[in-house]
Amino acid sequence: MTAAVAEYPRAGGASLKRNRRWALFTSYFFLILFAIFFLTPPYYMIVTSLKSDAEVAHLASNPWIIANGVTLEQYRLLFRETDFLIYFKNTVIVTLCVVTITMVVSVLAAFSLSRMRFWGSGILATGIFLTYLIPDTLLFIPLFQIVRGLGLLNSYWSMVLVYPTLTVPFCTWIMIGYFQSIPKELDEAALIDGAGHMQMLLKIFIPVALPGIIAATIFAFTVSWAAFVYPIAFLFSADQQVLTVGTVTSLIKADVYKWGMLMAGALVAAAPPLIVYAFLMDYYIAGLTAGATKG
Amino acid sequence: MADVALRDVVKRFDEVEAVRNISLNIPDSEFVVLVGPSGCGKSTTLRMIAGLEEVTEGEILIGGNVVNDVPPKDRDIAMVFQNYALYPHMTVFENMSFGLRLRRTPKAEIRARVEQAAKILDITELLDRRPKQLSGGQRQRVAMGRAIVRNPKVFLFDEPLSNLDAKLRVQMRTEIKRVHQKVKTTTVYVTHDQVEAMTLADRVVVMNGGRIEQIGRPHDLYHRPKTHFVAGFIGSPAMNFLPARLQPNGEALMLRLSPELAFPVPPAHAARYRPSVGKDLIFGLRPEHITEPRGEERDPRYEFSMTVDVIEPMGMETMVFFTVHGKEVCARVEPTAAKPPGQPIRLYANLNHMHLIDPATESVL
Amino acid sequence: MVDIVRRYPGQLAKPAFQRRAGMRQFVRRRTTIAFLMCLPLIVIVAGLIIYPALYSIFLATLNKAQTRFLGLGNFSYLLSRDTFWMVIEQSAIFALTAVFFKALIGLVTAHLVNNLPSKGQRKWRGMLLVPWVIPLALSTLGWWWLFDPTHSAFNWLIRGFGGTDVPWLSDPYWARFSVILVNVWYGAPFFLIMYLAALKSVPEQLYEAAQIDGANAWQRFLHITLPMMQNIIAITVLFSLIVTFANFDIVQIMTAGGPRNMTHVFATYAFLLGIRSGDLPLGAAVSLFMFPILAVSAVFILRGVRKRGREIG
Repeated sequence: MTAAVAEYPRAGGASLKRNRRWALFTSYFFLILFAIFFLTPPYYMIVTSLKSDAEVAHLASNPWIIANGVTLEQYRLLFRETDFLIYFKNTVIVTLCVVTITMVVSVLAAFSLSRMRFWGSGILATGIFLTYLIPDTLLFIPLFQIVRGLGLLNSYWSMVLVYPTLTVPFCTWIMIGYFQSIPKELDEAALIDGAGHMQMLLKIFIPVALPGIIAATIFAFTVSWAAFVYPIAFLFSADQQVLTVGTVTSLIKADVYKWGMLMAGALVAAAPPLIVYAFLMDYYIAGLTAGATKG
Repeated sequence: MADVALRDVVKRFDEVEAVRNISLNIPDSEFVVLVGPSGCGKSTTLRMIAGLEEVTEGEILIGGNVVNDVPPKDRDIAMVFQNYALYPHMTVFENMSFGLRLRRTPKAEIRARVEQAAKILDITELLDRRPKQLSGGQRQRVAMGRAIVRNPKVFLFDEPLSNLDAKLRVQMRTEIKRVHQKVKTTTVYVTHDQVEAMTLADRVVVMNGGRIEQIGRPHDLYHRPKTHFVAGFIGSPAMNFLPARLQPNGEALMLRLSPELAFPVPPAHAARYRPSVGKDLIFGLRPEHITEPRGEERDPRYEFSMTVDVIEPMGMETMVFFTVHGKEVCARVEPTAAKPPGQPIRLYANLNHMHLIDPATESVL
Repeated sequence: MVDIVRRYPGQLAKPAFQRRAGMRQFVRRRTTIAFLMCLPLIVIVAGLIIYPALYSIFLATLNKAQTRFLGLGNFSYLLSRDTFWMVIEQSAIFALTAVFFKALIGLVTAHLVNNLPSKGQRKWRGMLLVPWVIPLALSTLGWWWLFDPTHSAFNWLIRGFGGTDVPWLSDPYWARFSVILVNVWYGAPFFLIMYLAALKSVPEQLYEAAQIDGANAWQRFLHITLPMMQNIIAITVLFSLIVTFANFDIVQIMTAGGPRNMTHVFATYAFLLGIRSGDLPLGAAVSLFMFPILAVSAVFILRGVRKRGREIG
């Protein structure tokens, strides 16, 4: 004990520093391993999409690198010779509509549920969260019947109808959380300043909860962009198809898989969410974690 | 400008009575402070005047009109909140002008009024900043500016200084007083801090348990409290309370505090206290009236010796704590007269300022 | 003052009880507005979630042509089929294994990232979250290409190290492994983000206090980090369990349930029977088997979220 105390100031300082450096080194080492695991598929997709068909088919060469020169031929083929742009346009239309509907519906509802009371509003708030937990794979069969009944089968407008089931509950849920975190005094100040319900929502709540609005919008956007179950079940002709299903199923035409072009298609289709993510990462993450920490 | 009146106002939240039958008249341009411990109903009262809470029973009048059913925006009031409630996404200018813009006041007039209010509060350079970029004191000024700009009939303040540090609080207190002297708007101010209440108010309303304990000028509350609660609440450090009994001593009265300690009641008080002889009473005396023996014409009968428990030097004076019959008592002595803990000290009780409280009615005799 | 008189002309003269009525009307109006604001939400939730969910129960009791009521016929038919038992088994294996590894990898990577100097954390977090951002159907396509029987880039590496080709998707057991691998790859970043957020919410002072009390890194993790994160771990695991149980994209794209139906999960099997073979009632019955596990998880999640809401206050 006495020896340790006597020795501590010098040796302790040095070993603390060494320990910390060692911990940092192992952290980096393992993080690099995980990063390789996480980034391998996108890397390989990019590499493949930049190769010529001949190099993709060549079995002996190293598939992980581009040996015979970078070519944009696959992208040219994708845009010129396939229906990819139609899928893209359809997806844009569907996503825009769904995001708009989602945000209007969920912001109005969240405002009402976070600040006003009416009969059943407490149950409704809980119910919304529960409905978010009902997955699309449980609903797509009855919805198929309903969509068919409405005559919307094989029309991308059916996507505008059914995608809100994926987005509205969660967006409402996180908006309730964001709105509840606005101090009550702020409404009271606005009330005294003379604001009505709509002015309160538009001039106070939405601007103050803007990070939440952005997070919810990003969520609605990525979900409608990536949806797969509903379109694969409800859409079958190329002119109505959306990107996910179109890329995965319709681009595969002949017996020979055009892997280079498929990868190009997948990458272009994945680009919009990735771009949004690159620019709004913090909002994206806030939206992701909001479900469990708010409300 | 307007007077405010509360008539038999009651507020119930479900079964809980937060405010129990309050009546209060506030004449035009008076500065009234509602003070009391948390949960005494002072904030609820203020919020009812603002229209943020419904009145369960009774009436509230502003400018002679019953406003029970008038929504807040039409009551022509302005309110300053404890956490300022500034709109975080608006600049100071936008914050201050929000109410006017909602009322569609002409742009030029808005600008003129905001600038004038900014000048009064000395925040002209801050008009383009956002609340986040302001210090606590500056936010407080902006919150007041937002109220002044509206030029309302009544200002309502809900503990506006409790989020500030001690130094700033004193500074802003002066500021509020200065503004009130300038604009002379009827003001209702809520605080739990009795010093704030004493320094700011024309009249103080002491509340406790949803009732008004006493209404009066600061000086009156301090020197002539009507109830046990007011006597203990107003003044810092608080008044000393000791159980006591009055004993007849011929013509005079003796005040017995413990088997060892008794003082003659000053003749000026004797007549008033005579009916209470023999009852269990509470004796109250402020710390500043227990000092070291000082001055020329002191009466040796009021001198006594005690053992010091704890001392708290404050600079100008020193608080000396000792125990009488198991109760802690505080005296306020010159720093030079203070003795270290454990040592005896000679003290003098100035009973001309004494209070006697009947514990049965809680009222001051 | 004049304003008020003008705006509320009758009011001052009215007796008290009528004013009360006015107040009640005001409150009722407010309630109506609140309800109207919720109405679109109610319509969507009721019309497109609740109604279809209930409708699917009804649907599941019909025959293929939806002309005859079968009662529990579809369910008993399913339970009599070996294939369906295999679907149940594979769904359970798929969900439990995948969630376990996602949670583990998420916890480990969250700690690793949290160890870094705060400057670099953002960059690493951004990089590690990429799998979650790519639409799953599209990244699965990339994986499929990585697993391609003749061109597999993994096999090329394995051959380089002297191994033999792995039948990633053609052997049933390897195929099960592959779909789980892809799911872990896709879902682990979600756990990483949730745990990282939870780690950040643990007050630094607790660690400092524990350090002074003599706790080493492992003890600090065990006695401070884990208990503080307990709730968020539970919520995330249950939530992921639901999502993984209901997963469709990966299996549908990579194996479509094959080989020998051994990779089918509820969702793909329901799709096969309901949409591809056109027997909607039978498909609905398959989906409904997911319901109990979802309901149980949902109840626990809700409890956790509420508790957490209270903790945060």
